[in-house]
Amino acid sequence: MSSEAGQQHPLGIYYKIWILLFVLSGFSYAVDYFHVEGGLRWFLVITFMFLKAGFITAIFMHVVWERLALVLTILVPPVALLFLIGFMTIEGNYTEGTRYQYRGDDPTLTPLSPSDFHGGGHGEEAAH
Amino acid sequence: MSETATIQGSPEGVEGLVEDWASDKQTYNVPWGKAMMWIFLVSDTFIFTCFLTGYLNVRLTTTEPWPLQTEIFALTLFGQSIPLVLIAIMTFILITSSGSMALAVNFGYRRDKQKTFILMLITALLGLSFVGMQAFEWTKLIVDEGIRPWSNPYGAAQFGSVFFMVTGFHGLHVTGGVIYLLVVANKVRKGHYEKKGYEIVEIAGLYWHFVDLVWVFIFAFFYLL
Repeated sequence: MSSEAGQQHPLGIYYKIWILLFVLSGFSYAVDYFHVEGGLRWFLVITFMFLKAGFITAIFMHVVWERLALVLTILVPPVALLFLIGFMTIEGNYTEGTRYQYRGDDPTLTPLSPSDFHGGGHGEEAAH
Repeated sequence: MSETATIQGSPEGVEGLVEDWASDKQTYNVPWGKAMMWIFLVSDTFIFTCFLTGYLNVRLTTTEPWPLQTEIFALTLFGQSIPLVLIAIMTFILITSSGSMALAVNFGYRRDKQKTFILMLITALLGLSFVGMQAFEWTKLIVDEGIRPWSNPYGAAQFGSVFFMVTGFHGLHVTGGVIYLLVVANKVRKGHYEKKGYEIVEIAGLYWHFVDLVWVFIFAFFYLL
């Protein structure tokens, strides 16, 4: 059957992955909701992100069932992007350092939030 | 027309890889439209990653403080400020639409015209509601919060430029995807693929899942981190 009709798989696996994606999104949202901060926040958000991306690509986009020739064509070129990200991180940190060092920018500034503008209570005016 | 991942009598894995490339034949054992869609999606991955890397770079290099996303994207519901609630709903809508698209592909290969059409229509409508919510979000940011591509009152000016560029480009992909899905769904309804085969539904599905995939990264990098 499957040799006649393209990528055909039992419906069950789609339902399972669907539910899994919901759960993983819920987890990512929970990280924000419960104010997990710092290194743990980055670790959790990025882990859930890659798990979701992996399941979408592997199951919904059928990559796990494709032949290796196509799989490698899809997955190998983006490896170059990891180098880009790595180089730009190094470069970005260097640029930031020179700006503090030579331009005298203040490293202790903190961002403002909407409640600073809409007066008093946290977001109470934001509804309009 | 209906080639698949398994070729009769051909080895799997690395041996199959060598055979696919070395034999004097078509390398990719998929319909040409699907191979082309994959090549487009790989190139689109490069575009989005370049945007996200640009975002990484301006966020690292600016010495102005980066605006607090969780507070800017909070929405007041029932008199309470809930962080990221609209974004969470948008995320769940896009995942739901990805699931209904996966089912549409499956029913397409089962040659169930009616169900394929309905599921693609549901997918397109969910995509449309996503774009609607994004329009609402942008309106709130521009009108109520005073965020512009060139400045904002909360911190680094670059926040507005990368935010509008990346979410705008993603929204454009969703809009294009909705139109693409509606065109294909209409052809499914008319029985256009009864003879040709339903690979086209899978190809449209690849595009739609990719849009969902990009949102996974935007959700993490723009809203959560």
